[in-house]
Parts: sequence; structure tokens; C-alpha cells
Amino acid sequence: MTTELYTGAEMVVKALAALKVKYIFGYPGGSVLDIYDAIFNQDKVEHILVRHEQAATHMADGYTRATGEVGVVLATSGPGATNCVTGIATAYMDSIPMVVLAGQVATSLIGDDAFQETDIVGCSRPIVKHSFSCRKLEDIPNIISKAFYLANSGRPGPVVVELPKDMLIPQNKGEFHIDTEIKLRSYNPSVKGHPKQIKKAVKTIKSAERLVVYTGGGIVLANASEQLTELVERLNAPCTNTLMGLGGISGVHPNFIGMLGMHGSLEANKAMANADVILALGARFDDRVTNNVSKFCPNATIIHVDIDPTSISKTINAHIPIVGLVDTVIEQLMAELSDSDYQQNEQALESWWQQIEEWRNQKSISYKADGDKIKPQQVIESMYEITKGEAYVCSDVGQHQMFAAQYYPFAKPRQWINSGGLGTMGFGLPAAMGVKVAFPDSHVICVTGDGSIQMNIQELSTCLQYNLPVVIVSLNNRSLGMVRQWQDMIYGGRHSSSYMESLPDFIKLAESYGHVGIQINHVSELEEKMTEAFSIRNRLVFVDVLVDETEHVYPMQVRHGAVDDMWIRKGEKA
Amino acid sequence: MRRILAILLENEPGSLSRIVGLFSQRAFNIESLTVAPTDDQSLSRITITTSGDDRVLEQIIKQVNKLIDVIKVTDLTERSHVERELLLVKLLAMNDKSRTEVKRITDIFRGAIIDIGKQVYTVQITGDADKLDAFISAVANETEIVEVVRSGTVGIARGEKALRV
Ligand SMILES: Cc1ncc(C[n+]2csc(CCOP(=O)(O)OP(=O)(O)O)c2C)c(N)n1
Ligand SMILES: [Mg+2]
Repeated sequence: MTTELYTGAEMVVKALAALKVKYIFGYPGGSVLDIYDAIFNQDKVEHILVRHEQAATHMADGYTRATGEVGVVLATSGPGATNCVTGIATAYMDSIPMVVLAGQVATSLIGDDAFQETDIVGCSRPIVKHSFSCRKLEDIPNIISKAFYLANSGRPGPVVVELPKDMLIPQNKGEFHIDTEIKLRSYNPSVKGHPKQIKKAVKTIKSAERLVVYTGGGIVLANASEQLTELVERLNAPCTNTLMGLGGISGVHPNFIGMLGMHGSLEANKAMANADVILALGARFDDRVTNNVSKFCPNATIIHVDIDPTSISKTINAHIPIVGLVDTVIEQLMAELSDSDYQQNEQALESWWQQIEEWRNQKSISYKADGDKIKPQQVIESMYEITKGEAYVCSDVGQHQMFAAQYYPFAKPRQWINSGGLGTMGFGLPAAMGVKVAFPDSHVICVTGDGSIQMNIQELSTCLQYNLPVVIVSLNNRSLGMVRQWQDMIYGGRHSSSYMESLPDFIKLAESYGHVGIQINHVSELEEKMTEAFSIRNRLVFVDVLVDETEHVYPMQVRHGAVDDMWIRKGEKA
Repeated sequence: MRRILAILLENEPGSLSRIVGLFSQRAFNIESLTVAPTDDQSLSRITITTSGDDRVLEQIIKQVNKLIDVIKVTDLTERSHVERELLLVKLLAMNDKSRTEVKRITDIFRGAIIDIGKQVYTVQITGDADKLDAFISAVANETEIVEVVRSGTVGIARGEKALRV
């Protein structure tokens, strides 16, 4: 009996199928045509053709954020691969697992500045968790398997696999062997927190009078939201989420005190500033949270739980560092709490909540409605009402993103999908498409702005091809609103290049791509037209809402101030 | 503070560039760097001389450890250790006086003259970085330095402690 031989291209597709991949998001070109041929000849893995490789990366990314499954991207060498760079960086900053298969010129040509040659491994080196370049075709299956393992274990992240053309062509064949269980001697991510540190942490929590649980994207990535909710309820502690962590605990949970940071709620930032113990779970003390690090919570004892040791004591010194998977560590903390006959200081807790309620009552997340002009916040509220808070909300970057984060409380993790770390305009639409691929029956919204939507608008064509009826809600303020807000606040109102003076007719644009366009001009028609938009389930609807262009996002941290130095409204400090 | 890091990592294409890239990307300082395979050809050992306060050093070690190819990292300067650097230096030796002086200073530093030309001597010195600096300034007083090459520091822990897989 002879063993069957496969081309490298066939091995790529066979390996993906062995790893249970359902979709590849990609775009063809010379160096990967053999892979496209192999895709054509099978039906296990479906390829989705985007209109720009950046969108393929965001689409894979959105798919992953919603499902937890590793997203796969396929791009040709040279421009195809470089077009992926922004998407790889976006995934890297938010620790999203992704495998990017990039073509490369034949090994004999590498280094010659051959047609469509770029060193994609070099280009992407600072924005990947790891990368591989294939030099032997028999290695392809296990390189891909390793890429998946690395992408999705420890602190997740994108992995690039470079595939030179001579590894893929029909003339070269080899045996297919894949290990789906991978072990690497140089890579052993922690799982459990150190028992001594757990004990110390619990002792500190017990002694706390003003505890805050501060959680980030790690809770979402580790599917630890049940554990988190249990812990918060057990301690009856206030819990705040970062922009990446929204949905980690339900947005309507009584212990949830809102998002913290630059545009966080007053109560969240005040609670942080006044806490005596901060329990940080899967969050990384990003500068959009801390504001000025030298003024950050100087009196708090900080317990920091993270899977990545480099996140601990990077910007803010942790008094009790715990390295481990956050779900496991929370379970350890719970067990230790039970063992150590934990008694709450009821009196302290009560006065702490009283204090928090006072901050809460200032209603920092609020706006003044106008009889005429539509306030962007109203649009998000209407979206929330109509979808009963159950939609997947994928955002672009700008004011609309912050309004969505503030005014759409997320009941569940993975419902809120946005580019938090890199802040990539153009992320929203392709990310929403990726979610729609995974959950065709759910409401999937892309909240966007007139600026961001134009950074990947070509994907409206992909939406038609694959029948991806997402609802695009564009808070059209005829400007790069977030830029304009900074110019208003910091640059004396000089609106340098923050206007979009030649916006297209988005309705006609949507229609020309074969979709439905709805424009909303006036408050009086907001509810009716939004309801109409969401009632259309089988076609993509582009809702162009003309909102008040002068609206700013509040509250907002005062620049270089402490975490709770905030503008509550225009010209009014907390 | 000056630190010497010893890094054991997979001897794979690209692994050195990841280390170097990490240092430049995160604005860590590299004073010197040496790399070569170990007795086990699948492993490379890198020695990096760097500097920074405790906080920076902690980040450097954690960040290096985080690279997938890296198997072990240690800070040699934390414990007692031996460090050596190799210096090769070409010096003008045109007359008896300078030749005698170069010979004399080389002997004092327990170095060796390893090559001679019509007008130059090439001297080899090993020692820690301070000793090499001292040699260079001593000979520079006597003759002209034509060319200098230094290997960068390598180091090893004293006693039984070993950096192995
Ligand atoms: C690719 C990219 N370029 C530039 C920026 C900087 N930036 C942040 S928000 C913003 C304006 C976004 O405008 P729009 O999408 O209309 O949203 P709005 O703030 O008006 O709601 C810009 C330019 C960015 N985040 N991403
Ligand atoms: Mg705008």
C-alpha cells in the first residue's frame, strides 16, 4: 500500500479542516492560487471573499470575538500581506487569537525583491504573538497546528504563517501528518495562580473597607463572566469594566458601576480613586483607564490577576501579583474565601455603597435631549430598546463608539465588539460581518460614523455576495467627531481637517450596493424609522442618522489628572 | 544599573531578530549582544548587556521570557558570576619605543600580540569590560590605535548553577 501524497496547498486546507476551521476570510493572488485551487476542490472549509485584505482580518477578528474560535485569514504575498498589517495589529492589541496565512514568493527568489515580495514576517514581527515561515512542505500541517495552539492559549494573539510558493505548487508533494495536541518546550503558559498569592489576596480582600473589582477583556477572553458575577455577588463589591471588558458582568447588574477610564462613569472613576483595595482581573491598567499614572490611586492596595506576567507592574505597580487564567484564579479565590470563614465588614460595606450611590445619583452618563436635533445618545438608546439589549454591537472608532459603550448596557460577554487597544477606524463593518457569519439569526449592528464607515465601505459588496444582513447605524455628524471634540477642548475650536465636506449620499450608496438605505433627519421620526430598519431581517439596512454635530462625549477625564478628575458636562468639573 | 542577561532560546531562523526587535520596540537599551549555538545545536545562547532600574529590568526579563522561542532567561549580575570579553586591537608600532611599550602594556594586561605587520601590532586581550577599557586608554597614551573590535560580554554563573534545558 502506498501512502497518499499531497501538495503543500492541499496540506494547508487539510490541516485547517483537521483543526475544525469552518471559514477562511481572504483574497486571492499569485502566490496563493494553489491554495485557492485546493479550496475549490473540497467542501469542509468555506472561503469568504472580501474586497480588501484588511477587512478579512477584521472579519476573522469579529468572528472570533463573538465565538471564541480562532479566525483564519488568507492573503497573497506582498500587497495582500501588507494590507493585513492593520488588522493583525488590531487583534494583537486586544489579544484576539487569529491565524494569518500569507503567501510568499518562492524560496529561491526570497531576498531578490521579486515581484510581490515583502518580508511579512519582518513587517509583522512587533504585532504578532509569533510567526512561522515554512521551508519544508511536510512541516506545513504542524506549523499550522502550532500556530493555532499559540494563537489560542496563554494570552491569545495573532500568529502569521508565511507560505512560499514553492511549498504549495503541484509539482512538490509529501506525506500529510498533523498533531492536533501540541507541546513546545519553550512555551508553558500558567494556569493556576500561586496558592500563597491567593491566600495573600484573600487576606487583603477581607481587610478591605472600600473594595473595587476592576475587570477587563481578560474576563471575556477567558469566558470567566459567570465566575466573575459569582465573586462580585459573594463580596457584594462594586464592579467596573474597561471598554474591552463590557459584558463581563451584566450591564444592568446592581453591582455594576459602569465603564471606567477616559469616558467612564463618575461613580466608576470615583470608586477607583477612593478604593483601599483594587482587585484587577484580566485588565491591564491601560493609559485610557489610569489617566496620569503618577496620580493613580496612590492609597490602594492592588491585587492584579493576569495571564501575562508582562502586564503586571508594567504601568502600575501591583502589590499582590497573580499570574494565571482568570477563570481559574477566580475559582481559587472563591475557594479560599469559603475556607477562611470570610466575614464581611457590613458597616464599612454599607457606607461604601452609600458613597457610591451618591456618585451614581449625579447621573454622569446623561444628556439633554433637544426638540429638534437628534442626539447621538438617543440613537443608541433607541437601538437598545428595539433589540431588547440582545444584539451584537460592533463599533467603529470615535464618539459613536463611546456613546455605544455608555448607552447600550451589555447583558453578556462577546456582545460588545470594538477595537479598544488600537482604536482602528474601519473595524466595525467587517467585524459585524464576521459576527453575522457566525450568528446569522441574531441582530448584528455596526455602530459607526461618517468617517469610520468610509474606511471599509467596499465591504458592502461582500455583504451582498454572502447575504450578511447586518444593520449599519451611522451616527452621521458630518465630521470626525472625536477629533473635532479634542479640537474644541484643547485646540481653541480650530477644526483643522475634522470636517467631511464631501460626504456621499449614503442612502444611494447603500442602494447601489444592493442594500436598503434609510435616512433619519428629525427626532420625531427616530423611533419609527429605527423600528422599521430593525424589522427588515433579510437585507442589509444602512441607517444614516443625522445627529447633532456639536455633541461632545461626556464625562471625560481631565488631561494629565487623576483617574477621577473629570469633566462631567461642558465646562463643569466633577 | 548595568546588567548581564543570559538567554537560552531555540536556534531557529528569526529568533535573534525577535530579541533585537523587542529591545528596540520597547525602548530597552542594548550595550552589547553576543550569540552562538550551544553544545546542543538546537539551542542558541545570547548574552545581552543592558541597563535600567529594577522596574525596567523586570519588564525586560518578562518580555524576553514571553517570546515563544525563549526557553530560559537569567540575570547573571544578580549572583556571583564570571564575565569575559575579547578585545582585538590593531596598533601603530613603527619604532622601537612604541613596540616596546605595546609589548610591555600587553604583558601587564596578560594579553598577547597575535599578529604583526610592517607598521602594526595586533593585540588580543580578554577580561571584563573595565579591563579592556583600561588597556585601550593605556596604549592610547603610547601609540595610535588603528582599529578596535570587541566581542561584547559573555558570562556564566559561578559554582554549580547552570543555565541548561
Ligand atoms: C485608522 C484611524 N485613523 C485615524 C484615527 C483617529 N481618529 C479617532 S476617532 C476619529 C474620528 C472618527 O470619525 P467618525 O467615524 O465620523 O466618528 P465620530 O467621532 O464622528 O462619531 C479619528 C480620525 C483612528 N482612530 N483610526
Ligand atoms: Mg463623524
